[in-house]
Amino acid sequence: MNELLEILSDLHPEVDFTTEKGLVTGGILDSFDIVSLISEINEEFDVTISAAELTPENFDSAETIYALIKTKLDDED
Amino acid sequence: MQNNVLDYLEGSLARVPDKIAYADDEVQLSFLDVKRIMDSVGTGLLNRGCKREPVIVFMKKSPNTIATFFGVINAGCYYVPIDSEMPATRINLILDNCKPRVIICDESTVEIAEGFDYKAEIVLFSDIVNTNPDMDALALVRKKAIDTDPIYIVFTSGSTGVPKGVCACHRSVIDYIEQLSETLGFNEDTIFGNQTPLYFDACLKELYPTLKFGATTYLIPHSYFMFPIKLVEYINEHKINTVCWVVSALTMISAFATFDTVIPHTLRTIAFGSEVFPIKQFRLWRAACPEAKFFNLYGPTEGTGMCCYYPVEREFADDEVIPVGFPFKNTEILLLKEDNTLATDGEQGEICIRGTSVTLGYYNNPEKTNEAYVQNPLNTAYPEIIYRTGDIGHINEYGELIFHSRKDFQIKHMGHRIELGEIEANVNLVPEIKLSGCIYAKEQGKIVLYYVGDITEGDLIKALKTKLPRYMLPNKVNRLEEMPFTANGKIDRVTLSKMYNK
Repeated sequence: MNELLEILSDLHPEVDFTTEKGLVTGGILDSFDIVSLISEINEEFDVTISAAELTPENFDSAETIYALIKTKLDDED
Repeated sequence: MQNNVLDYLEGSLARVPDKIAYADDEVQLSFLDVKRIMDSVGTGLLNRGCKREPVIVFMKKSPNTIATFFGVINAGCYYVPIDSEMPATRINLILDNCKPRVIICDESTVEIAEGFDYKAEIVLFSDIVNTNPDMDALALVRKKAIDTDPIYIVFTSGSTGVPKGVCACHRSVIDYIEQLSETLGFNEDTIFGNQTPLYFDACLKELYPTLKFGATTYLIPHSYFMFPIKLVEYINEHKINTVCWVVSALTMISAFATFDTVIPHTLRTIAFGSEVFPIKQFRLWRAACPEAKFFNLYGPTEGTGMCCYYPVEREFADDEVIPVGFPFKNTEILLLKEDNTLATDGEQGEICIRGTSVTLGYYNNPEKTNEAYVQNPLNTAYPEIIYRTGDIGHINEYGELIFHSRKDFQIKHMGHRIELGEIEANVNLVPEIKLSGCIYAKEQGKIVLYYVGDITEGDLIKALKTKLPRYMLPNKVNRLEEMPFTANGKIDRVTLSKMYNK
């Protein structure tokens, strides 16, 4: 989780990602952010997020993003 | 001869009055609706004494905003679109430059407008749209119309920190729309899916051909561009057949393997520009949409949108760059070397534009205008203005124009044209900052800022958010103890780039 929080605060140092629940619905992340976020996640965790997983629900908070990464990591085991 | 862009509406209005012209998820306007709004807004401005002057349109992206633009033109004035995403500092600079008397707002922006330092009459769209149209007064304005009068000012990045307002007239826009429509094959059956914001020239590609042909434009909600499957489903659902998007919007779809799930099967014309299209991504698109025609478009705002096109038909190697191609009819590209003579035989030169597509200049800014809008050095016989783009290019073995690099520190980032100097100028306005240097990491597509000063990265970004539009905010911010300098005392960007790539 800490690695993810680091990636997120690199994108938006001014946001508290531990509490923020409306990253997409609240308009904090935009399409530029999503694209960089996906590539950083790919580098850091070695998971590839597919188009089908790119939904507002999955990206609305650090928690949901982390849950998505974990499911993907577990699937590989 | 047509001398007003609004003449485009007449034919469509007679043929397809009830067809949808512009639509988003909330509002749908037929050509008849557009006409009604345009006449009411036009009359409302005439009633306020507006005449050949800039009128600010400060509304959220909506079909109503487009009809309001036409209303401003209908009153013989020119529209200046601003957006709530623009930070207050930038909006104030724009207002100071234009000195408008009237700002047209909607419910979403009126409170922000009331807080501006600059004071102008604030008019609500929902009020002005109910003005009783005075057809005689509007007809008189149209009768006196001159096609070299401006229709809009859009603001682009300026290296000193002050944005420049590019001012374009009817004649340039009509020329552009005619050439673009012919080249890309627009017609009455064209259904556009608009991606670009309304406060740049990029949206001209959809707004005016829609009027001309009685076509339809859907304004795709911004949030769809984060979620590629939803985006493609939107295209299919609305049977969109034509898109003119920035490259990053297209590659976002292909890079996430969206085509494994859903194919935008209605697309027939795919135009892109403002950036290099990576060949690997381009191949994915061509394989997904074999029936579509692909066009690379190139041109600066100062040349009324786009001035060159390239139909992508032959095969390209992975490391090859898709050419900028050929100028539209009625436009000439001059490649000028440093001594102001023409580059020949594949030599590099500055891309300069000659023709009706050259806009009027930067509004209220003779100094900057004179730097870039200059007398054609190849013509000493009579006044003739060409626009120097600052882009360096050459002609390849097929006779196609190839973009090479910039003469200065202007970059293209996610389709936006940005002066790194403007970012630095705004960083340096933050009191704690001692020094700053900005670079563009092209491969990663990131704006990287280095600074020396007593402020954290987070606080600096917070401060910048009040000064710079979102697309200009640095993607990476790094604090340094000392700034590297070159031998002659300039900030050493080469060293900064090396530091980033490590």
